[in-house]
Amino acid sequence: MTLSAYLMLSAILFCIAVAGIFINRKNLIVLLMCIELMLLAVNFNFIAFSRFMGDMSGQIFVFFILTVAAAEAAIGLAILVVLFRNRRSINVGELNEMKG
Amino acid sequence: MKAIYLAAVLFPLFGSVLAGLWGNKLGRKNSHRVTILGVGVAFAMSLLTLNHHVFGGAASFDETLYQWATIGNLTIEVGFLVDNLTAIMMCVVTSVSLMVHIYTIGYMEHDPGYQRFFSYISLFTFSMLMLVMSNNFMQLFFGWEAVGLVSYLLIGFWHTKPSAIFANMKAFLVNRVGDFGFLLGIAVVLLYFGSLHYAEVFAGLETQKETTMPLFGNDISIFTVACILLFIGAMGKSAQVPLHVWLPDSMEGPTPISALIHAATMVTAGIFMVARMSPMFELSETALSFVMIIGATTALFMGLLGIIQNDIKRVIAYSTLSQLGYMTVALGVSAYSAAIFHLMTHAFFKALLFLGAGSVIIAMHHKQDIWEMGGLWKKMPITWITSLLGTLALIGFPFFAGFYSKDAIIEATKASHIFGHQYAYWAVLLGVFITSFYSFRLYFVVFHGKPRMDEETLSHVHETPWVVTLPLVLLAIPSVIIGALSIDSMLFGGVLAEAIHVDHHHDVLHHLKEHFHDWKSFALHGFQTVPFYLAAAGFLTAFALYGINVNIGRSFGEKLKNMPVGKQLYALLDNKYGFDSFNQNVLSKGAVIIGHELWQKIDATIIDGFLVNGTSKLIGAVSAIVRKLQTGLLYHYAFAMIVGLVLALSWLLIN
Repeated sequence: MTLSAYLMLSAILFCIAVAGIFINRKNLIVLLMCIELMLLAVNFNFIAFSRFMGDMSGQIFVFFILTVAAAEAAIGLAILVVLFRNRRSINVGELNEMKG
Repeated sequence: MKAIYLAAVLFPLFGSVLAGLWGNKLGRKNSHRVTILGVGVAFAMSLLTLNHHVFGGAASFDETLYQWATIGNLTIEVGFLVDNLTAIMMCVVTSVSLMVHIYTIGYMEHDPGYQRFFSYISLFTFSMLMLVMSNNFMQLFFGWEAVGLVSYLLIGFWHTKPSAIFANMKAFLVNRVGDFGFLLGIAVVLLYFGSLHYAEVFAGLETQKETTMPLFGNDISIFTVACILLFIGAMGKSAQVPLHVWLPDSMEGPTPISALIHAATMVTAGIFMVARMSPMFELSETALSFVMIIGATTALFMGLLGIIQNDIKRVIAYSTLSQLGYMTVALGVSAYSAAIFHLMTHAFFKALLFLGAGSVIIAMHHKQDIWEMGGLWKKMPITWITSLLGTLALIGFPFFAGFYSKDAIIEATKASHIFGHQYAYWAVLLGVFITSFYSFRLYFVVFHGKPRMDEETLSHVHETPWVVTLPLVLLAIPSVIIGALSIDSMLFGGVLAEAIHVDHHHDVLHHLKEHFHDWKSFALHGFQTVPFYLAAAGFLTAFALYGINVNIGRSFGEKLKNMPVGKQLYALLDNKYGFDSFNQNVLSKGAVIIGHELWQKIDATIIDGFLVNGTSKLIGAVSAIVRKLQTGLLYHYAFAMIVGLVLALSWLLIN
């Protein structure tokens, strides 16, 4: 397996995540999942480079990122719960409070 | 001696502060006691100074007492220059001030602002002493402004009277014009001499003799520029044409201050200043001619206005203007010591005349129209006699104080050769006739003839209390004798030689000295001169018209008013040559119109409408378009971010 194969997989994952953010108009949970997916794609890059360049620090970073991602997901879900309580909806299309 | 000078200045200030801040606690009696004590001490110190310098022949004192500020090379200091000129001025100021303080006890007896009045006049004495004792331009300017402020406060003393408020505002504004010139003059001095100290400036005169400055495309001697600018300041303060308009209106103030500030002392500050600056004025013949022509115009034309006035104080006010004109002419022909001499004699007899008028006003229950008076001589003997003495001094009757000073000025003008001297000579000569005429007109109408007031007022008329008559008597004495006593030493004896510098080309008093033997022969000779005949003619005219029967003059005046030429002449005089209406209609209204236009066009339309509101409207319009981009939907923002990122990355890649 070559490095480019890993990188392409990572890029594909990233693009799926970006597309998910744009296309998804319904559910905030899907949005969160897409963000997680983006992070994972980045992690994939880290691991691939670390493996092929023989430097272990990349893989250590992945652990940190996973930890942070877990914390972020926890906070994100908590916000989502509060949001649902207040608005009775998690529909992305309706969340336009910031409209100028 | 330093302690004496300081005491002279500070005691009136303490009196003023005490009466001003704690007047209500002190009460009326203690307020006048404390201020009279302050001015009394100042007067005693001034006499000591006079004794020390003029009679003792001490060298002049020039010392800096306090350094107030240093800005770059410029130091602003408080210091005293005391020489014979200063000593004489100090005595004139404090003696008249003391008389006026005593007189005020009677004049303001029932006034609710009693303490305030005493505080102001003591503050005036302090300011005037600071002015005359200064040894630098900055302190001179301080005193100059301080006396102006007190004058403003006192003209508007009865601040519920609209005419008084109008008059004090007028005085304030007109003086601002003069003071602006004065300040520019000081600036020229500072620019070329780098110092504000009199002694340093005068020491540098020789080296700068040929220096010129570019002005309106010409190179003009700096002395011409500086002296004319300084003299514009003097025109404001000493009420010379065309900045004289405030002085007649200042009569709205209480009579004691008309005597003190607007006749005897403050208005002579300009004369004093020019005399002090004599070494500078001597270097510019143009400036001297300017001074002389302005003075001559004031002396003649302001005297003419005195003839048609019906208010007792206004007649004397116009006579003050005219006499100030005489002093200014004397300055212009380089007879500085004659100007100071006339300043001194005038201070006494004019204060006397004003206080006499005030005494009449008290007796008439504050009526000032001379046509409602008459026949007062029997009822008020002291006021009558002292006023007669004052009038004789004013018209320059031989042996009286005014004779010596006025005759010296006329002779000096005759001997002068600078540009415009013939005009000045005729002006001061005709002025003698006019002075005599309006003075005796006033005297006859007020004191002689049949009483014209109503029965009730008549029954109440009586001589005023001693606090009023005592100053009259005390001022009458110098009004009679001071001229004879001091002419020899002041004009010819060199008392002022140290303070006043006269170039030998301009030394007109030198001619006078050759013919002068003593005061007796000078006065006896005075009976044979042209001015005496003119004064006598003025007296006879006044006697014929008003002395025999007041109504002759009155009906004659009425007839004259209805004749074609007389009508126009009367209208011209009644409008005071149109200065007031010019100021009102052209300058004031013009300023209002310019202000209105600027407000409407520049401020409301361009600044407010275009710049301020225009900016906010533009921003509003732009943001109305831009806000459409702000959908508030997350995925739009995310899309924009990605697009931006892609664009930024591709730009990096391409480069």
